[in-house]
Amino acid sequence: MHMMNKDVMVDIHAHNDHIAEHVHEYLNKKNIFAVNVMGAPGCGKTTTLEQLIKRLPQKSYVIEGDIESDIDTERLREQGVSASQINTFGACHLDAPLLHNAVHVMDFKEPGILFIENVGNLVCPAEFSIGEDIKLLLVSVTDGSDKPYKYPLAFEKADVILLNKVDLLPYLNFDEAFFMKGIRHLNPQVPVFKVCGTTGEGYEEVAKWLTERSGK
Amino acid sequence: MHEYPVTLRIVEIANQQASEVNGRVRAINLVVGDDSGFIGESIQMYFDIIAEGTPCDGARLSIERVKPKLKCADCGHLFERKPFSFTCPKCGGDGYPTKIGKEFYVKDVELEVNDDAHDEQGRDG
Repeated sequence: MHMMNKDVMVDIHAHNDHIAEHVHEYLNKKNIFAVNVMGAPGCGKTTTLEQLIKRLPQKSYVIEGDIESDIDTERLREQGVSASQINTFGACHLDAPLLHNAVHVMDFKEPGILFIENVGNLVCPAEFSIGEDIKLLLVSVTDGSDKPYKYPLAFEKADVILLNKVDLLPYLNFDEAFFMKGIRHLNPQVPVFKVCGTTGEGYEEVAKWLTERSGK
Repeated sequence: MHEYPVTLRIVEIANQQASEVNGRVRAINLVVGDDSGFIGESIQMYFDIIAEGTPCDGARLSIERVKPKLKCADCGHLFERKPFSFTCPKCGGDGYPTKIGKEFYVKDVELEVNDDAHDEQGRDG
């Protein structure tokens, strides 16, 4: 018997990333542009999808990621949206193997945009690639203006950021300059849109940006 | 739950290394950046459960933590960020994120290789 030391140097995310690449290729072949929608619980992710989908000229598909329940999926289906549900049963984020299974049973009849609503959480969804084309980060003014400083990775990795519930700004101590300063240090070029889920304010611009970005 | 799937991967990676030399894993050395989002204590907790009955059973898990560093856009100095600040301590310039602190990989493994098994295999072969 003897002891030996063996160099490994293997990224622990490599397996997930490999499957994510496969998911991305599959969606690309189907002409589907995938958006990973991230944000804290209650920041307005599902409402944002409703507001965006009705303004987008192209077909939209949704995968809802939740720990339990299919409330959001039912809510979207009632509005005629092609939505399917992933329940993680305790896991705090979606990962590529979960998406791999979900996209292969979806019926992508025509090109369009697939919104993947991640589990409500500002931490781990940013760490796992799920085969998306872009990461959309949603933050609401009620979350607080310190969030870029407390959850830097989500802000650093976002391709677009939406600041939601801006109609509540007069009632809160949200420091917009401080919020934007944090974002600009973490992600100097990222577009930031101000929106209001209840009134629909600001979503036209986001829908226009998404359409241009997706090229679909 | 957050660390469970990644710990499963760590055990799979180490077991793969052990199976290549028909050995057992005595230690796994991980490099984990503080911005990777993973907590050493939680990985350890899941590790003990997941490793049971595998070649990793009883292995020691060593975690080398890496502090995140920003890079100053003006002078290039690498520095650790103070809470709510991105200011370079050297020149007062603005610091931007780097890859330092996001590491999450298995660096190496220490394996116990049973020479008898090799000899027997040789004789049988």
